[in-house]
Amino acid sequence: MRIDNTSQLAQPGFSFFHFQRGTFFDTGSYPAAFALQYIPVRHYYLTLIMNTTETIKSLLKQRILVLDGAMGTMIQRYPFDEAAFRGDRFKDWPSPVKGNNDLLSLTQPDAIRTIHYQYLEAGADIIETNTFSSTTVAMADYGMEALAYELNVEGAKLAKEACTAYMQAHPGSIKFVAGAIGPTNKTTSISPDINNPAFRAITFNELKEAYTEQIEGLIDGGADILLVETVFDTLNAKAALFAIEEVKEARGIDIPVMVSGTITDASGRTLSGQTPEAFLVSLEHFPLISIGFNCALGARQLAPYLEILSQNTDIAISAYPNAGLPNAFGQYDETPELMAAQVHDYLEKGIINIIGGCCGTTPEHIRALADLAARYAPRKTEAAH
Amino acid sequence: MKHLKLSGLEALVITPESNFINIGERTNVAGSKKFLRLIKEGKYTEALDIARDQVEGGAQVLDVNMDDGLLDGKTAMVHFLNLIAAEPDIARIPIMVDSSKWEILEAGLQVLQGKAIVNSISLKEGEETFIRQAKLVKRYGAAVIVMAFDELGQADNYARRLEIVQRSYDILVNVVKFNPTDIIFDLNIFPVATGLDEHRRNALDFFEATKWVKENYPQVGVSGGVSNVSFSFRGNDTVREAMHSVFLYHAIKAGMNMGIVNPALLIVYDEIPKDLLQLIEDVMLDRDEESTEKLIEYAEQNKAVKKDKTEELAWRNMPLQDRINYALVNGIDKFVEEDAEEARLQSKRPLEVIEIYLMTGMNLVGDLFGSGKMFLPQVVKSARVMKKAVAYLQPYIEAEKDSTRPSAGKVLMATVKGDVHDIGKNIVSVVLACNNYEIIDLGIMVPAEKILETAIAENADVIGLSGLITPSLDEMVHVAAEMQHRGLNIPLLIGGATTSKVHTAVKIDAQYQNTVIHVNDASRAVNVVSSILSQDRKAEYGKEVKEENERIRHNYLNHNVQKDYLSLADARANKLQLTFDETTVATPHTLGIQVSEELPLEELKAYIDWSPFFRSWDLHGKFPDILTDKVVGTQATALFKDAQEMLQDIIDRKLLTAKAVWGIFPANRIQDDDIEVQDPETKEPLATFYTLRQQTKKASGIPNIALSDFVAPKESGIQDYVGCFCVTAGFGTDVLSAQYEAQHDDYNSIMVKALADRLAEAYAEYLHTKVRKEDWGYAATESLTNEDLIKERYKGIRPAPGYPACPDHLEKETIWQLLQVEERIGVSLTESLAMWPAASVSGYYFAHEGSKYFGLGRIKEDQLADFASRKNIELSKAKKWLGPNLAD
Repeated sequence: MRIDNTSQLAQPGFSFFHFQRGTFFDTGSYPAAFALQYIPVRHYYLTLIMNTTETIKSLLKQRILVLDGAMGTMIQRYPFDEAAFRGDRFKDWPSPVKGNNDLLSLTQPDAIRTIHYQYLEAGADIIETNTFSSTTVAMADYGMEALAYELNVEGAKLAKEACTAYMQAHPGSIKFVAGAIGPTNKTTSISPDINNPAFRAITFNELKEAYTEQIEGLIDGGADILLVETVFDTLNAKAALFAIEEVKEARGIDIPVMVSGTITDASGRTLSGQTPEAFLVSLEHFPLISIGFNCALGARQLAPYLEILSQNTDIAISAYPNAGLPNAFGQYDETPELMAAQVHDYLEKGIINIIGGCCGTTPEHIRALADLAARYAPRKTEAAH
Repeated sequence: MKHLKLSGLEALVITPESNFINIGERTNVAGSKKFLRLIKEGKYTEALDIARDQVEGGAQVLDVNMDDGLLDGKTAMVHFLNLIAAEPDIARIPIMVDSSKWEILEAGLQVLQGKAIVNSISLKEGEETFIRQAKLVKRYGAAVIVMAFDELGQADNYARRLEIVQRSYDILVNVVKFNPTDIIFDLNIFPVATGLDEHRRNALDFFEATKWVKENYPQVGVSGGVSNVSFSFRGNDTVREAMHSVFLYHAIKAGMNMGIVNPALLIVYDEIPKDLLQLIEDVMLDRDEESTEKLIEYAEQNKAVKKDKTEELAWRNMPLQDRINYALVNGIDKFVEEDAEEARLQSKRPLEVIEIYLMTGMNLVGDLFGSGKMFLPQVVKSARVMKKAVAYLQPYIEAEKDSTRPSAGKVLMATVKGDVHDIGKNIVSVVLACNNYEIIDLGIMVPAEKILETAIAENADVIGLSGLITPSLDEMVHVAAEMQHRGLNIPLLIGGATTSKVHTAVKIDAQYQNTVIHVNDASRAVNVVSSILSQDRKAEYGKEVKEENERIRHNYLNHNVQKDYLSLADARANKLQLTFDETTVATPHTLGIQVSEELPLEELKAYIDWSPFFRSWDLHGKFPDILTDKVVGTQATALFKDAQEMLQDIIDRKLLTAKAVWGIFPANRIQDDDIEVQDPETKEPLATFYTLRQQTKKASGIPNIALSDFVAPKESGIQDYVGCFCVTAGFGTDVLSAQYEAQHDDYNSIMVKALADRLAEAYAEYLHTKVRKEDWGYAATESLTNEDLIKERYKGIRPAPGYPACPDHLEKETIWQLLQVEERIGVSLTESLAMWPAASVSGYYFAHEGSKYFGLGRIKEDQLADFASRKNIELSKAKKWLGPNLAD
């Protein structure tokens, strides 16, 4: 199937997994028969009796789920220049926009959808939206604060369209969209001014407000899961989780949430100074479906920190490391085989429930990881009961 | 989750097995006047120090409270918590955000990345507020203290406590869905022994309610502010401390697992006097109708036994001069600026504060020191107080251009060229400065020209020279000769470990017509200097010293002439004959060079020999007996405590770096007195150690030893081995002592250096042990105590170049080349072959069971010439380096 046609197949705003506790039988304009047409019988029953959170928890109990790989690495394969980033809509934008990858959801939607589809074909169960920096805070770099909500809605839609197309083409499969919520480029726990350690470039409330807008966009665009990721400052993550709770409460919905932190160097701590265990303790109050680490270090270096998490929590554990460490040119050049060999150790130890890739990983990497993950049982968790 | 988990930068998991969780309570404006003052004055750096002290003192959670009518509590809370976030050593532990205002609690939660405790919420304002706040606490990811308080007021008996706890718990767990492990109940601790009947069960009700809570809700915690219980006995710390201990004892047994306790107001339960314990338990457990009366009576009778804090500060009520005296004599620098300021306001000129107030105090110190009632470490502490006061006054003095402070005289102090050791010099400087002498300290490695030029330019009244290594003796002779050459007329003081009365008289005094005095302990320095400079006694004293020196010189020269020496050939014929075979020559396990970049200093603690440490402070005696010595015991103990604290700080914060390089090589004796060191692989010669042989005539059967005797001769065909090493613990000393000096704190500056020296010696001991047991491995099963090591009960020796068995410092150059010491660990050699950093030790390893430490004694010209030719150096050079060992 050619990806270019998938948009015709997807219905705008439609989501299989939008059914919430108690609302399934009132799905508005989408008759159950319509949904049934595409949902394999077993999963139909699952969705009949469960919301997305429970569906995922149930799957996590059965097998290791696969998360997709890097969006940025795949975008680099396209020869997008400044004009391509701008598209028609932003051709007169006052500042350069090349490098604003999230903007491509608006200006090059086909490319983004294609990348999503490639990851699904490679075996990803969960794909991440192209919204890592889609907050007013991070978009301020491009003067595009006003686009934040739209970027999240469109980003989620593109991923959802790819999932829908894939599930139609592969009856029996079940795929999820995780709304990517990045850390922003500001820290709530660290002063950027070395002479004024009490100064903060952003407050908890300002950040929470920015996250609220992002979360609403992601949910409106059809995200099945929210993924607070690449957490380098736990207080930033707490602001995101706080915002999620508020949105959930205001809308009367439930939506599964994953958190993934990042250990920035060999000191074994987050940028804001916490040990992996303190990071876990600080976020465990929130009903997460998974917690883990991504980015920064390669798979091998991440192993001890994942073990600490695994020993100290019943929540499912996720890991999506980089393809090794950057080489002298800042590129990640670990091959899929090498990365899989390292991930193999995690699986042998039984400390993983969700595996995927971060910087430098491609559909080839994800395929290797998916093949490997299929041969192993997931880590046993209370959460999956 | 089964247990309460908290986090700062690190996690704290509280299990039933955890001991009582101690909450740091000094960062609370309601509980600490000092903290309140600092926050009010915006002195946040000092406020952070209080937080740090709490963490270092063992607090596992830090309570922060900014509730004060005159403070903007919200701003202060946010600012302080943001500052803490930038201090990893504080932010390590979880925070307890403490306020009676919700907006302050929430503002605190918004700046904490870790999992905090909120202190507190309650049903005081009704369910709606309680639910709203609890929901938010949960959403921020914190644990919560719930006060036993509701719309009707505080629970003050057993039934009310249960009622409120049950209601609060139900709402939290069932409505808010709060995790039970995140709930901590504060069950209200009220005073006992108030005299009112309704208060008699206050403690007992608390214990019973605690027990009920833990039985019915095993996952929750119980906390409380303990000092409330003894409220009626304010002012009687003996009783209060005991009450706190007894209360905690029973509360913890009942299930209380955390609380706010001032550790300074706590006594060990077992140490409470039995009669007092009985009375307090009767009160706490309401066992005796008249218990309150009896306890009050006891408190009345024991009022005199007031605790240190108030007593400690009683001297603050004395008149100004007495306070200054007290501070100087006791070395307390805390109030000195306050007092200096008060004195300044009372004086016509700022200088008068020094001349009158401070000098009166320092004269008292001088008298006490002179009469043996104070000891050196105390005097150095006094000097610290003095210096701080002077530093405080300096701007005022300068503002008045009133710098003509009269001093008792100017003393120029220097460690001579090529030498880096300055502990003794610094101590003498401090003691002299205390006695109003102006000190010009030129530091270490000072060339003669600079000493002379400065002395002339500054019009110095006395010059003091110091040095530790033997080449410094010659340098001192050189300085004396130059002084004579320039026609100076300034008395010369000589001090330092290798200097002696005899050397000063024989070698130095002979070069200089003016007074030359050997002063080797700081306590004598003041008397000597004051005598030399006294207008009345100057001439007479100078003459006495000259005559004494001449007498010593005469005796020495006459005495020595009579000593008998062997020729070098005869001495060699009488060498030590050891057996070399497989039973005495051990093959090392590891050959070649090894390096250790950073040994954890903790490893060295057990290897420290403390006796020399006390000697460097002029406290003489053997450790540990010195701590209980009748005369110096108290001072030695105080000094030892300070040393232990600093040592622990150095270890914990890695303030000093210990490095080592060492190696064991194949080796054989060649040409009687030399040791050929060979390449471990090729066995080609790498270097030669030239050793010196005893030449004095010995009694029959006693050999004339050289170090080479301990190694198998090459012609024997037996492969033997030799090792060498250099260790240092000195990297970091400079920075640390400079920091202290900048704070006018000579006491700690000297302390750092003295400790670095001890650590370097300890490292030498540690490494030697490792070499014996592992690398060379000939004593693998050795098991010696530190005492045994100090007494050199080990097999094999580690003599150091520059010391009695091998006084030739030049051999260090060979070790440096062989081990590439400077390239590998950065220890360098000065022109006098002193090691830099000063806290370093180098030497050889010999393993033969017959090897032992010995003194070379004097050698004759024939050996000197032979040595020069073997080593291929000029005779004059050999003479320069071995001069002190040459027989006249």
